[in-house]
Amino acid sequence: MELCELTGNELLKKMEKKEISSEEIVRSVYNRINQVENKLHSFVTLTEEEASLQARNIDGNMRKGESRGLLAGIPVAIKDNMCIKNVKTTCSSHILENFISPYEATVVKKLRDAGAVFIGKTNMDEFAMGSSTENSYFGITRNPWDLDYIPGGSSGGSATAVASDETILAIGSDTGGSIRQPAACCGVVGLKPTYGRVSRYGLVAFASSLDQIGPFGKDVEDVALLMNVISGYDENDSTSVNVEVPDFTKSLIENVKGAKIGIPREYFVEGLDGEVERAVKEAIELLEKLGAKTLQISLPHTEYGVAVYYLIAPSEASANLARYDGVRYGYRSPETENLLEEYEKTRGEGFGAEVKRRIMLGTYALSSGYYDAYYLKAQKVRTLIKKDFDEAFQKVDVIVTPTAPTTAFKIGEKVDDPLQMYLSDIFTISANLAGIPGISLPCGFSKKGLPIGLQLLAKPFDEEVLLRIAYTYEKNTDWHKRKPAL
Amino acid sequence: MITKKEVEYVARLARLKLTEEEKEKYTKQLGDILEYINKLNELDTEKVEPTSHVLRLSNVFREDKVRPSLKQEEILANAPEVEASHFKVKKVIE
Repeated sequence: MELCELTGNELLKKMEKKEISSEEIVRSVYNRINQVENKLHSFVTLTEEEASLQARNIDGNMRKGESRGLLAGIPVAIKDNMCIKNVKTTCSSHILENFISPYEATVVKKLRDAGAVFIGKTNMDEFAMGSSTENSYFGITRNPWDLDYIPGGSSGGSATAVASDETILAIGSDTGGSIRQPAACCGVVGLKPTYGRVSRYGLVAFASSLDQIGPFGKDVEDVALLMNVISGYDENDSTSVNVEVPDFTKSLIENVKGAKIGIPREYFVEGLDGEVERAVKEAIELLEKLGAKTLQISLPHTEYGVAVYYLIAPSEASANLARYDGVRYGYRSPETENLLEEYEKTRGEGFGAEVKRRIMLGTYALSSGYYDAYYLKAQKVRTLIKKDFDEAFQKVDVIVTPTAPTTAFKIGEKVDDPLQMYLSDIFTISANLAGIPGISLPCGFSKKGLPIGLQLLAKPFDEEVLLRIAYTYEKNTDWHKRKPAL
Repeated sequence: MITKKEVEYVARLARLKLTEEEKEKYTKQLGDILEYINKLNELDTEKVEPTSHVLRLSNVFREDKVRPSLKQEEILANAPEVEASHFKVKKVIE
């Protein structure tokens, strides 16, 4: 077995026993990248030289017996909407193609301080807008389980890199499902923390009231480990919340006895793929067998989630993306007559189709005469969606659903039908609107061999219950151990 | 649902230069999306408070202390055009 196939926790134990070095791990990961990256295209930028140097430094420190961080020597891939100092941050967009970040995101700093080694920047839907990673200016990413299928999105590159052993760990961002849905499509574990749990400083803003950074791993244990490193209040992000960060690895307990699990009837309706439904129901039965109590619940406003999201997210995006004007950084259209034309051409040429579509939608929803009918209405229904969850969590500890209504779909299948693409996020969007944490973990495979994801949702700041239940499920199944044949 | 004229108006507000083809496409697609979004009108929300943010934050202040910031040349390094330590843009006033 190659080192790149192991989990972060397994590698840390081997390093502890001095059986391996970080340099060997990094070499193994890059060998794998050289083998499969031309098929997958998980990365926008690879930073092999810096990674090797980082690894050698960590190995040197370890030999000297200097104190080690929680992730000392472990490779991590970063979604290309988070800033690593002096490395390109493109957001997979033409408009930021040559942007080199002069500063470091707080998550990146925390990872660096913990000894993580940065492998590269992963491909994504442009500005994190999409569910398939087909909206990247630099080309699509393919699903390692079947190269004709999408890897999910928008953090598609992070998910494929973990699934195919091109990295050990990865970081993504989730605005409407962009960690959980690709994790489901690629058969890995992905967690969207509570809004405010992780600092967004240095994350390129898409929809500021919904965006949250979170971890990808090959198993629940690795995700808990990453949560320990990236969580916490940051004075550079006034929406990060100053609450105590627990040791998430303490939640890795194989016990769900007495846990109350809610099954929302609105998630098991027409449109849910039969194979996905069966796998999720079997997962629920297993949790019952292990001692959890299940309860039918109702989240009555579920069906309005997508409509609310596609007003709120584009509205916030239209404001956030106003900064790309070709003045201070980024692409500037050559040969224009005046400043207005320069703005319009820079943005018209610099943004891709989906980004422009969403800026248009958001600008329309916020424009004079439409604000009350669209944006304000959406904010009110957002309150109803949040209330549904508040009421549900008075009765249950965790809610179990499919992560997505289907397994990964074919490349090209939904590119010309944005509404159909939007509906693939129907089960993940509500968690962002309500600000609650959610995790996706593998719970089976379709007949075609594509992974199926199980989603667990909990009340704000209760990632611990997610990790405990996910860990227990994982300990009693082996879906997460399967590897794609590449 | 939405006319091509409205699309052109919104594109101007958003400072986006669209091709004729894009205008046609967005007129259709935005129309479809807005029609779907109209399902929100099924709900009576007259007495519901809006949620702009789950944390319900008001202003967050920090102490007014000088902190280190990026150097001028680091900030200008990504600029498309620079002159005499300034971002250079087209003439704004005739």
